Order: sequence, then C-alpha cells, then structure tokens
Amino acid sequence: MADTASSEGEFGSVAVRLRGVTKVYDNGVTALGPLDLEVARGEFVSLLGPSGCGKSTALRLIAGLATPSSGAVSVSHRAGEADRRHPVGFVFQEPTLMPWASVRENVRLPLKLSHAPAGEADARVHEALAQVGLAEFADAFPRELSGGMKMRVSLARALVTDPDILLMDEPFAALDEITRFRLNNDLLDLWRNLKKTVVFVTHSVFESVYLSQRVIVMTSRPGRISSEFRIDTPEPRVEDFRMSSGYAGYCREVSKALSPSYAGASGA
Amino acid sequence: MSSLPNLGRILLPVIVLAAGLVAWEAVVDVNDIQPYVLPGPLLVFQTLIRDWTVLSESLGVTLLTTLEGFVAAAVVGVALALLFNQSRALEYSLFPYAVILQVTPVIAIAPLLLIYLPQQTAVVVCAWIVGFFPVLSNTTLGLNSVDRNLAGLFRLYGASRLQTLRYLKLPAALPYILGGLRIAGGLSLIGAVVAEIAAGTAGAGSGLAFRIAEAGYRLNIPRMFAALLLLSAAGIVIYGLLALISHLVLRRWHESALGKEN
Repeated sequence: MADTASSEGEFGSVAVRLRGVTKVYDNGVTALGPLDLEVARGEFVSLLGPSGCGKSTALRLIAGLATPSSGAVSVSHRAGEADRRHPVGFVFQEPTLMPWASVRENVRLPLKLSHAPAGEADARVHEALAQVGLAEFADAFPRELSGGMKMRVSLARALVTDPDILLMDEPFAALDEITRFRLNNDLLDLWRNLKKTVVFVTHSVFESVYLSQRVIVMTSRPGRISSEFRIDTPEPRVEDFRMSSGYAGYCREVSKALSPSYAGASGA
Repeated sequence: MSSLPNLGRILLPVIVLAAGLVAWEAVVDVNDIQPYVLPGPLLVFQTLIRDWTVLSESLGVTLLTTLEGFVAAAVVGVALALLFNQSRALEYSLFPYAVILQVTPVIAIAPLLLIYLPQQTAVVVCAWIVGFFPVLSNTTLGLNSVDRNLAGLFRLYGASRLQTLRYLKLPAALPYILGGLRIAGGLSLIGAVVAEIAAGTAGAGSGLAFRIAEAGYRLNIPRMFAALLLLSAAGIVIYGLLALISHLVLRRWHESALGKEN
C-alpha cells in the first residue's frame, strides 16, 4: 500500500488518481482498462455500467483490496495524519457485518484493529452511529435489523475512522426502492455535511444521476470509460430533483450512452 | 410458540419407550423366557440397583477415560486446525496422517497401543484418536468459511494475522467447532468402550465395557443389559450437555440456535 500513498503537496485537489490501470485475471481475461480517472477532493462520482464492466474491480483497486496488473493507483493522504486515520472507507454490496457482534462492536472494528484508545473509540462509534441515525440500536445484533438498517451500520463502520474518501460498491442494490430513496437522501446529507470524496459504483442510471456531480459510464470486456456526464443542478438536491424535468433529461442522456454497452454485452 | 408441539416432543418418545418396555416384559413373561437368554426390563432394573456399587464404580472409570480423551481431542483438534490454517506446508505434511489415523478402525489399533503403552494411557489414547478428527476437520472447515468481504475488510484496515484470527476466523468458526465437539463427545465414549473391551483386564480399575464382557462370559445377561443401559445414559447426557453449551454460546446470533420463526 506504500506506493499508493502520496502526500497532499503533490496531489493538490485530487483525491484519487488512476493512470493507465489494467487488471488482467490469472486466466488471461482483461477485466479492466486501461483506465484513467481522477476524482477531485470532495467530489461525488458514480461509476455506472452493466454487470461485469469492471466498475467494482476499479473500486477494489482504489481501496487496495486488489493490485493492478499495470498502471498506477494513487490515493491522497491528509498531511500529518495519525496512522489510525485510514484514508478510505469501504461499503460493500452486502452489509458484511459480523453476525456474532453487536452493532456497536461492528462499527468499532476498524478502530479496534488500529488499537485506538478505548475512550476515543467509544466517542467515535457513538458519533458514527448518530450520523446514520442508529444511536439507539448500538446493542442490537445484525440479525435483528432490517436490510436498510444493516446497510446504515455498514456505512457507520466506514465513517468511524473519519476517512477522506468513501468507496461504495452498489451499496443499495439489494434494498427496496423506498428504503433506497431514503438512504440516497441520507447519503447526500452526509456527503454535504462531512465533505467526503465519494466514489459510488452502481448499475442504476437513476441513482447515479440523482446522487452524483459526475457520472462515468463504463463499457464491458474490457472495462473502459465510454463517456462522462456532469450533473449540474442547484444545491442542495432534495426529493424535488427526482421529479424535475432536468433530472429526466439527464437520465435519458445517460441511458442513451449506456445502451451501446448493454447491446455489446448481450451480443457477446 | 404453541405448547402442544413442545409437549409432544417430550411426551411422544416417552410413550413409545413405555409401550416398548411393557411389550418386552409381556413377551418375556408369556413365553417364559429364561433370564440368561433375555431378561425382562424389571429384572434389568433390579440388577442395576443390586449391582450399583460395582457398576457405578465402573461407570466412573469409563466416564473419566471419556473425559480425558475428549479434552485431549478438543485441544489437539482445535490447535492442529489453527496451525494448519497458519501454515500450508504444515497442513500438507500432516493432514494425510490425521486422515489415516481416522480411517483405520480403532478396534484394530487398540491391541497394538495396549502393547506399547500403560493400559490406562492406551485407553485414553483410543478415546482421543476417535474424537479428535471431527474437531480437526470441522474447525478447519470453519476457519476456511470466513465471509470473503469480511476478510477483505480486515485487510483494508491492516489487521494483523493474530487480529484476523481472534476477531474474525475464530468467531466465524465457532459454530463449526461446537458441532465438531458435539460429535467428538459421543465418539470419545465409543473409543473408550472399544479400548476397554480390547484391554479386557479385570480388577478394581475396570470400566463399564469390561463389566459387559465379563458378565457375558458368566452368562449374567441382566447385568450386561444394566451396564449397557448406563452406557447409553452416559452417551445421552454427554450429547445433551454439549448441545446445551453450544446453544448457550450461539443463541445471540447463529441461525442454528434461533427459533423457527424469524
């Protein structure tokens, strides 16, 4: 992970930078790239594409969960930070909670692994749970929670180390639409208040347009960036945006850009 | 949570047992079968009470052997699985021999062990051999069944090997380990009995299995049945205890320990 870290100075306003990154699997299949991507500090970017277009792979490369076959992945660290302050938080497609541990212990995990002092950890855990609106459920076990609440716990765990960058891999894909809309709004609130950089992977056009400042459309086999859309709309976005004609227009454009890649996928 | 199914689960087997005993007693009485061929359940029960001093002492011996074998099986089984999990080379070197030890019938090994080891040790070793493999293989399975995303999460936050083991792998493997222990408990009893029969020595320190063999030579069939009854009861208690422990440990989170609804 050492080579992926850079100091703030040489990075300027860039939080994540991918240069000519490819990922080739052991069986010789090129899953990704070459891919060039820059995400600015505080930006909300969505990677949108069909299943198997390598968007999740790209996210795992940024997180350091996988290593690129070629190219360079760099993630900015805040200058002078303590070791404990992990630069990225990751939210998986599944809640990925430890079923044997309470909500509190699940959220505390990243702090425990970095040997944070108990008092400080308690405060951080409480704050993170409050941010996702689950302060009262600290002692519950994951199985006692609904799908949406589990996802909130997962989000709290990603926030507990106060990372600069939040990586989210189709986090709401398995939720019902009502829960999903609510979590979309809560995520936007968190992003505005906490000023995080968010890289959000999704296969939903509507979700990507609603959430992002920038939507990056990817094609599959191998995963490449095919087009980019900047979603300009007055802040703060609220539920009204979903009903606006501007929103519908963006969705139409993005869908059109996506359709060749769908056609390609079905033809393969 | 209606009470009828719960009541039925206890009541129905008891009714079957009572019916079986009555039928057994009736068959023995009507056909006038001699006790040295087939004793009735009443006689077996009387024998159990009359011979209690001898039988209870032997029960104690067998239970102690079982316990020693079980504890050894649990400790060695879990420890080996942890070592295998940390080192592939060690696993490849030793696992085949654990399998060989498991597939060779213990009744065939027992006479050899009795030649090379003091009798009491040999009997415990037999109980251990039968018991340890389920613990080893179940623990190994559990340690390898860790959720891949959770493992990724631990890597993301730079968890050390020890932390991953302690906070992730061991808790994830716990239901499997407890399942292995549940099997090992019963098997340790079987191992102890097999070894006692193979050892076949008389005297003060002899277990229940020896009492059965000895009573068989003397055509004391009621005592054979009484000893057998005690062995079954011991097996049931061991299984029940381990199942209870497993339930208490897992009840907060594991599917196996939760109610049907939800």
